[in-house]
Amino acid sequence: MAGAMASTPRSPLASLPPGLARRRDERVVAGVCAGVARWIGVDPLVVRVATVILSLANGVGVVAYLVAWLVLPVEDEDAARTVEPPAGAGRGRAAEMALGVGCVTLGTLLLVRWVAPFFPDGLVWPAAIGGLGIGVALARAGDGDHRWRELAARLPGNPVEALRGGAGAWVRIAAGAVLLVVGLATFLATNGAFASLGAIGVSVVATALGGALILGPWIARLVRQLGEERRERIRNEERADMAAHLHDSVLQTLALIQRHADSPPQARSLARRQERELRAWLYDDRRRAGDGAADTLAAALDRLADEVEADHGGTQVEVVTVGDCPLDPGVEALVKAAREAVVNALRHSGAPEVSVYAEVAGGRVEAFVRDRGRGFDPATVDGDRHGIARSIVARMARHAGRADVTSAPGEGTEVALSVACQPEPAP
Amino acid sequence: MSERSERSATRVFLVDDHRLFLSGVRAELAGRADIVGEATDVESAVEGIRATEPDVVLLDVHLPGGGGRAVIETVRPSHPGVVFLALSVSDAAEDVIGVIRAGARGYVTKTIAAGDLAAAVERVREGDAVFSPRLAGFVLDAFAGDVPPGAALDPELDQITPREREVLRLLARGYTYKEIARRLEVSIKTVESHVSSVLRKLQLSSRHELTRWATDRRLI
Repeated sequence: MAGAMASTPRSPLASLPPGLARRRDERVVAGVCAGVARWIGVDPLVVRVATVILSLANGVGVVAYLVAWLVLPVEDEDAARTVEPPAGAGRGRAAEMALGVGCVTLGTLLLVRWVAPFFPDGLVWPAAIGGLGIGVALARAGDGDHRWRELAARLPGNPVEALRGGAGAWVRIAAGAVLLVVGLATFLATNGAFASLGAIGVSVVATALGGALILGPWIARLVRQLGEERRERIRNEERADMAAHLHDSVLQTLALIQRHADSPPQARSLARRQERELRAWLYDDRRRAGDGAADTLAAALDRLADEVEADHGGTQVEVVTVGDCPLDPGVEALVKAAREAVVNALRHSGAPEVSVYAEVAGGRVEAFVRDRGRGFDPATVDGDRHGIARSIVARMARHAGRADVTSAPGEGTEVALSVACQPEPAP
Repeated sequence: MSERSERSATRVFLVDDHRLFLSGVRAELAGRADIVGEATDVESAVEGIRATEPDVVLLDVHLPGGGGRAVIETVRPSHPGVVFLALSVSDAAEDVIGVIRAGARGYVTKTIAAGDLAAAVERVREGDAVFSPRLAGFVLDAFAGDVPPGAALDPELDQITPREREVLRLLARGYTYKEIARRLEVSIKTVESHVSSVLRKLQLSSRHELTRWATDRRLI
């Protein structure tokens, strides 16, 4: 029921007389007296005095007040009347609140003592101080009326929840905790509990429990906040990293492209190079880390394409790699042979685009360098091309690899390379 | 041939959040296709495609409001006849595989030459698949390796045949369908059916590697 109260301002009892509601805007504790006074049509002071007298008389006042607190709906009909208090006013409210809780506790205990006189002062005063402490801890000041209202609406519900949030809340929570501990200590001391060793344990446990109850949610929140701050810091670092990269490479390249606007091949190769770089940076962690890290076939082929495109303006080298392996001497020879084949194709085939495909499977690397240029008849090649083809073949042979050149006039050329390799690096 | 000439121009809908790119594609396809509409985000794309019912949607992978995938997934159930060709600057494997698995009939990069783009549009309109060398490489990666022992795999879907692998490897090497057909001494239709079959497997396979694939790749 308390929960329902907190979330909806409607009365849980359908039979309540209409118009009877708590007045949060005029309250001292929870607005019950003010609400009743408004409903009857008298000054709230009258009802408050009556409540106190009833409380001291036989306890009916306190019980009735608590029941009304739980049962009566909250009314905010006069929102217009509720002038937002200045920012500092919340602090005054907090003190009021603390005093209220303290007074109610004190009153209740005095009453109980009067009815059943076996409660000594040793219980009454510590409990009153403790109540004051709870009040201080629960009160959250400084955030204006909204927070305050929120809190008041939550009060009958979950006081632990009410502890969360609010700037400087920890000061009040600490003050509340100190008061609680003083209360508990006074209680234990005046009752002679410290005389026996066991009671010390009790008091320690009680104190720890009180502290944990009050500080627990705050600590949890602190931990959460720390985690969030760390994530935020990582995000910021990534952002700075990105900005630095964009500045160093992309903006520079754009400036260069503008300067070379009258030379399409150069502008094109600049754009192409930047594209490849950015792509690797964005999508490929291995290659991004590539600079100093362990070198692999895929990274080497990408670099190859990069460099060849830079040297031969206006050309494109498309690299597709399936699988990957470390760059041992055999694989390095294959990359170098592939580079020769690519350069050869760009120089002689007349095709502006060369495809490089490499696949690592079953302990072997296979690579294909292909163009769609004019091709040649392997039987009647001129010395230069034959020489290059031979040097590629010889290079691969030294590493127990193979190289085959397939070509026909008008059909383009394909160089197939293969060599053994170490297994792919473990993930 | 006569059937081809009788058919009206392919009706194409463009979806891309870069207006500059949209106008470029429009200029490239002028005279080769009929551009029936354009959109720059998921919501307007879904609306526009439903209203114009084009033959082919050229779809950017990265779109505000959920990406190209969201467009395919929203439109396909009600308009199964509309085919999607993904077009992207992204070479990230998870993007490419993601949009294919959502139902795109192919994937080409934005650097594709104008003539090739028009040909790719025609090809997907006729129901064939369009694989760029890079997509072929991704698929080979995805279907690479031995099937984990004890895994419940559907051999129909979770493995590619040696012949399909051969076709994919030639695609990755930069061969056109025609060149592949000549090299393997089969008809172009046969090559097309192999590629379509691979596409289907890519879309439907529950192969372990496909779902965890992108993550695996990043870990290598």
